Amino acid sequence: MSWVALRMLTGNRAKFMGIVLGVTFAALLIAQQASIFCGLMLMTTSQIRDIQGAQIWVMDPNVQFIDDIKPMSEVELFRVRGVPGVEWAVRLYKGLSRAKLDDGTFQQVILLGLDDASMVGAPAEMIYGSIADLRRPDAIIMDENGYGQLWPGEKFQPGKVFEMNDRRAQIVGLCKARPTFQTFPVVYTRYSQATKFAPPERKMMSFVLANPQPNVPVEEACQRIIDQTGLQAMTNEAFAWKTINYYMLKTGIPINFGITVFLGFLVGTAIAGQTFYLFTIENLKQFGALKAMGAGNLKLLGMIMLQAAVVAFIGYGLGVGAAAFFGHMTSGTSQLAYFMPWEVLWGTGVAVVLISILSSLLCIRRVMVLEPAIVFQG
Amino acid sequence: MATVDKQPAIRCRNLVKEYGSGNSLVRALRGVDLDVYAGELTLMVGPSGCGKTTLLSVVAGILEPTSGEVDVLGTDIARMAQWRKVKFRRDNIGFVFQQYNLLPALTAAENVSVPLILAGVSKRKAVEAAIKMLNQMDMGSRVHSLPTKLSGGQQQRVAIARALVHHPQLLVCDEPTSALDAKTGHTIMEILRNVAVEGDRAVIIVTHDSRVLEFGDLIARMEDGHIVGVVNRDSPEAATIAAH
Repeated sequence: MSWVALRMLTGNRAKFMGIVLGVTFAALLIAQQASIFCGLMLMTTSQIRDIQGAQIWVMDPNVQFIDDIKPMSEVELFRVRGVPGVEWAVRLYKGLSRAKLDDGTFQQVILLGLDDASMVGAPAEMIYGSIADLRRPDAIIMDENGYGQLWPGEKFQPGKVFEMNDRRAQIVGLCKARPTFQTFPVVYTRYSQATKFAPPERKMMSFVLANPQPNVPVEEACQRIIDQTGLQAMTNEAFAWKTINYYMLKTGIPINFGITVFLGFLVGTAIAGQTFYLFTIENLKQFGALKAMGAGNLKLLGMIMLQAAVVAFIGYGLGVGAAAFFGHMTSGTSQLAYFMPWEVLWGTGVAVVLISILSSLLCIRRVMVLEPAIVFQG
Repeated sequence: MATVDKQPAIRCRNLVKEYGSGNSLVRALRGVDLDVYAGELTLMVGPSGCGKTTLLSVVAGILEPTSGEVDVLGTDIARMAQWRKVKFRRDNIGFVFQQYNLLPALTAAENVSVPLILAGVSKRKAVEAAIKMLNQMDMGSRVHSLPTKLSGGQQQRVAIARALVHHPQLLVCDEPTSALDAKTGHTIMEILRNVAVEGDRAVIIVTHDSRVLEFGDLIARMEDGHIVGVVNRDSPEAATIAAH
C-alpha cells in the first residue's frame, strides 16, 4: 500500500507543497539560526585560531575567555620557561586600542603584540608584505576586513599612517584574519611596539604562548605549568571551548537564538501539523473506505507514517539545503557569522523528525478511532 | 428466487443496535430478522432514519451489534475478533458506496486494484486484474483516467469493479443510484443484478430510489428499526412499497 499512500499524499499538489513547505520552513529556520549561532560562537575564538605556532596558552588564573584580559607580570614568562617539559615560551600582548585616523575620526582596534624575536602568533596568510616588515619602526600589519572598515572602498595602499595612543603607526602589510566577535579591525605589531600603542598599565603581558618539548604531551605540559606557576594553562582547543562556554553561559546569546530556533520548531510544527491534519481529515472518507474494504489499523498507520516520513525527508532536504545555500551565498561577507557543523544537520534532523511525529500523531489517532461505517454516511 | 432449502448468505435474528445511553439512547435496530440468499439481489427500502444503513453496516461487519445474531456466509461475525473481521471483510465482502469513495489520486485501474493490493497481490498483477474487470464493465477505454475525469455513472462502474475484483461472495451497496440520472441508474442496477445472478453472489442494496425496485428479487421494507415486510418483486405488495 506504500504507493497508494504516496499517491494520496502527492495527489493534491498544492496541499502536498503546503505540508512540505511547513517542514522546509522549520528546517531552514532551525538550521540557519543554529548555524549563525555556531558562527557567532566560532567568531569569539577567532584570535585563538588565528594565532598559530604555539600549542599552549598560559594566562592569569582568573581569565574566563580570550577577551577577558588580566595582565601578568613579565616575571611569569620566565617562570613558564622554567617549567620542565616546556620547550619555549613567548609573550603576547592582546588588547584594545583607539586608532586616530587622518580625518580625525577614531576607531577601536584589536591590538596584538607578537614576541619581537620569534613573531610567534603572526598571521598565517599575508595578502601584501611579509611578517618581517613588522621589524620596521612603527610598523603594523592590518587585517583585510579591518582595512576596508577604516577606509571603506579604498584600495590597499602600503604606508598609510594613523595614530594609536599619540604614536605613529604605519601599515606595512595586509593579512587575512578571521572575522572577530567585536568586528573591530585586527592590528598586528611587535610586542615592544604594542606596549607603546596601548594605554600604559603596570603590567602589560596578556598571555604567554608556549610549546611543549617533543616528548611531552601537550596536556601534561599544561598541567606542569599549572602546578608549578599557579597560572592557567591550556591547549588552543581547550581555550577556544572555554571562551565559547563563557559566551554560552554568561551571555544571553544562546537564549536569544534558542528562542528563535524554538519558534522555528513551533511554527514548523504548527504549519506542517495543521496542513497534515487537514489533509488527513479531507481523506478521512478514503481511509474509512480502505478500512471497510479490509485495511487494518496497522496498515493505515504505516501509510500515515510513510507519508509523514516522505514529507519530513523532502522538507529536511530542502530546508537544510536552503540554509546551506544561504551560508554559501553569504560566506564572502565578514559581518555574517555562519558555520554549519554536522551537529546542526543532526539536530535539525531530530527536530524535523519530532515535527513529523507530532504532526502525524493527531492524524494517526483520528484514523485509528475512525469507524469504517463513516463511508455509509452520505 | 429464494428457496427454502437453501442456506441464507446472511441470516440476522433479533438484531439490536443501540447508540448512546440514558436519555440519549437511540435504538437504530429493534430486533431485526432477515435472510438474504446468494444469487439474489435484495433491496432494503424505508424512510430516512429507519435503520437501513445501520443494518447494512452490521451485516458488512463494520459496526458491532448491541445484541442478536448476525451470520454472514456461515460465520457469526458479531462474535468475531476485530482483526478477523478485517480479514473477513477483505476476503468476502465488496462495497459500493453512494459517493463512490474512489481515491482521487489513483487512476480507475489503480482504484479497482486496491482490494487485491490489500489482499497482498503484487501491484502489477492487481492492476492487470483490475483492467480485466473494468473491461467487463465497458470501461476499458478509461482505465487510466482519474476519477475527476469520469462521469458519475462511470465512477460508479469503477466502484462496482473495485467491489468485485477480488470475487467476494457478498456485495453491499449503499444508495448506488441516488447520485445518478435514471438511465445511468438503470444501467448500474442491471450490472448489479447480473453480478448477483451470474456470479451467484448475495447482493444487498440500501436504496431510496423507487425506480430501481424492479431489479430486486426481494424487497425488505424497514420502519423504525424493524423489518416490516419482505416481499417478492412480482408480488402485489411490491407495488405498495414502491408507492411508499
